[in-house]
Amino acid sequence: MGDLHTKSDILNDPEFIELVRQKNSISTTLTVIMLGVYFGFVLLLAFGRDILAARAGAATLGIPLGIGVIVIAWILTGVYVRWANARYDAMIAQFKAKFNE
Amino acid sequence: MPPSSAPQAVAQAAINTTIGKPHPVAIAFFLSFVLLTLGITYWAAKKTKTTSEFYAAGRSISGFQNGLALAGDFMSAASFLGIAGLVATGGYNGLIYSVGYLVGWPIVMFLIAEPLRNLGKYTFADVVAHRLQVRPIRTMAAIGSIVTVLIYLIAQMVGAGNLIKLMFGIDYWVALVVVGALMIAYVLFGGMLATTWVQIIKAVLLLGGATVLVLMVMNRFGWSYNNLFAAVAASSGGTGAKLLQPDITKAVATSPYDVVSLAISLMFGTAGLPHILMRFYTVPDAREARKSVFYATGFIGYFYILTFTIGYGAAALVATKYLASEKDGGFTSNAAAVLLAELLGGPPFMGFLSAVAFATILAVVAGLTLAGASALSHDIYVGVIRRGEPSEKDEVRVARGATVALGVLAVLFGLAFKSVNVAFMVGLAFAVAASANFPALLLSVMWKKCTTNGAVAAMVTGLFLSVVLIVLSPTVWVDVFQAGVDKAQISPAPFPWKSPALISVPASFIVGIIVSLMKPEPEAAAMFDAEKLRTYAGIGAE
Repeated sequence: MGDLHTKSDILNDPEFIELVRQKNSISTTLTVIMLGVYFGFVLLLAFGRDILAARAGAATLGIPLGIGVIVIAWILTGVYVRWANARYDAMIAQFKAKFNE
Repeated sequence: MPPSSAPQAVAQAAINTTIGKPHPVAIAFFLSFVLLTLGITYWAAKKTKTTSEFYAAGRSISGFQNGLALAGDFMSAASFLGIAGLVATGGYNGLIYSVGYLVGWPIVMFLIAEPLRNLGKYTFADVVAHRLQVRPIRTMAAIGSIVTVLIYLIAQMVGAGNLIKLMFGIDYWVALVVVGALMIAYVLFGGMLATTWVQIIKAVLLLGGATVLVLMVMNRFGWSYNNLFAAVAASSGGTGAKLLQPDITKAVATSPYDVVSLAISLMFGTAGLPHILMRFYTVPDAREARKSVFYATGFIGYFYILTFTIGYGAAALVATKYLASEKDGGFTSNAAAVLLAELLGGPPFMGFLSAVAFATILAVVAGLTLAGASALSHDIYVGVIRRGEPSEKDEVRVARGATVALGVLAVLFGLAFKSVNVAFMVGLAFAVAASANFPALLLSVMWKKCTTNGAVAAMVTGLFLSVVLIVLSPTVWVDVFQAGVDKAQISPAPFPWKSPALISVPASFIVGIIVSLMKPEPEAAAMFDAEKLRTYAGIGAE
């Protein structure tokens, strides 16, 4: 960082604050979704046996649901990477350019 | 294929297995793997001089490569053969592991991967110690790392010895010495660069081998999961149907709360494994770090869907009574995948898969040894004893010494703990990682008011509670302490669950938060803000 700007200038820059806010908000949202999906499944496994025992073809419902949790987990990481590669990195680049070294 | 008694007839063939008599294909594949990986180690040795090269492959690994290497580090033989076996003999018992082992990865990505990469250098203790007092934090974080690594290492070594004995028919101690010698060679000479490539090769072999086995299974069942499940239900004279019921048996969890406790341990354990966290330093920046988690999650998720299919394939085709118990002349459930491979692909394919399992063990123990050696040299020797003084050369020398010491220790522990239950040890490692390492790491990264005392208290609480509760649990109290005691006279375990995480993880967080609030550390809080540029934008990252 250049000498023209003090560190607190940069830290208090609205663009930087927005960058931090967006990153925290998307991380929190995706984490909450993941925890909800996973512990929803786990709670059914622990306490909702009859629901998971419903027939799904020749198997029981719990099996496609379990595989579904794995697939959702992967999709969520994909959503984050897409957002970060497109938006987050662009925001960082823009921000760095503004306080050009 | 109709769900008839046909799978039964096929299953009979599995009794005439050649398991335990090493097939030339197994030996040829294994020797090729050893030669190739030693060749890579020789190449990597020339590029491994500095600390950054030894611990972090000179930060030269791409996101995709690291994704494969993370998958290689994570997909142990215990999870490949173990989960397939759990599914084959217990259905949903295996399903909870398949799902639980995967879902920690998104958490790692959303909360930990990028700050870890931006703030740290070589170990996760770097991140926790970043704005807190170095010596207490590094001491405690290194203890948490080393305890986790040692427990996991013992599990892998014991699993390796038994597995290699089962598949190749060689003595337990010979197997351990071979594994120990090779892993020391990889890490000692080739550092992280060689270890990474060993992981990548192993991951490709394991994913490839498991894919071929699943294709064979699906081909047998007319490419329909419905046919597969119908055959599972009809197997073992109709008793196979209970493998499809959503029941977690006492072997895995003693009560519904224990199921939740296990689930917590599996999810957050991933986010506290030192050898996994260390991999994020091998990539050039946070962008590659996040990409690597995406690839890793894809590979590992795919792998668990494969193991799951293999488990049910074994249940349908290799009658479960042959897997149930060694005492009844059967094989341990660990043999399910290998027996299935022999049944569908003949002895050469079983040989190939056995060699892959051997390679898998080697790769995982190499990664663990490197993580343990880094905690000893980078955190304890450099951070605590020498207070950051020593030169690069000195640090690499100590790291190499620690590698040899840990390698030898792993072999000795493997011999000493020969009869320990592997699944239990892996569970213990995950419980400790989830309780001792993950809460402190998360608090220090996410929470401004986290203090040195708070982080240390969180780590001590998590480590102490997870270990003590497991000793008081049925797994140790009943199965170990009272092994052979008459059923009527067994005193019940003081702690009723097998997994402590439902208690130990929240306790670690709560103690960490309360202790931090009791005595604020203004310098640490100020630095949290000051370092936001580095945490969020990677400015000034190593």
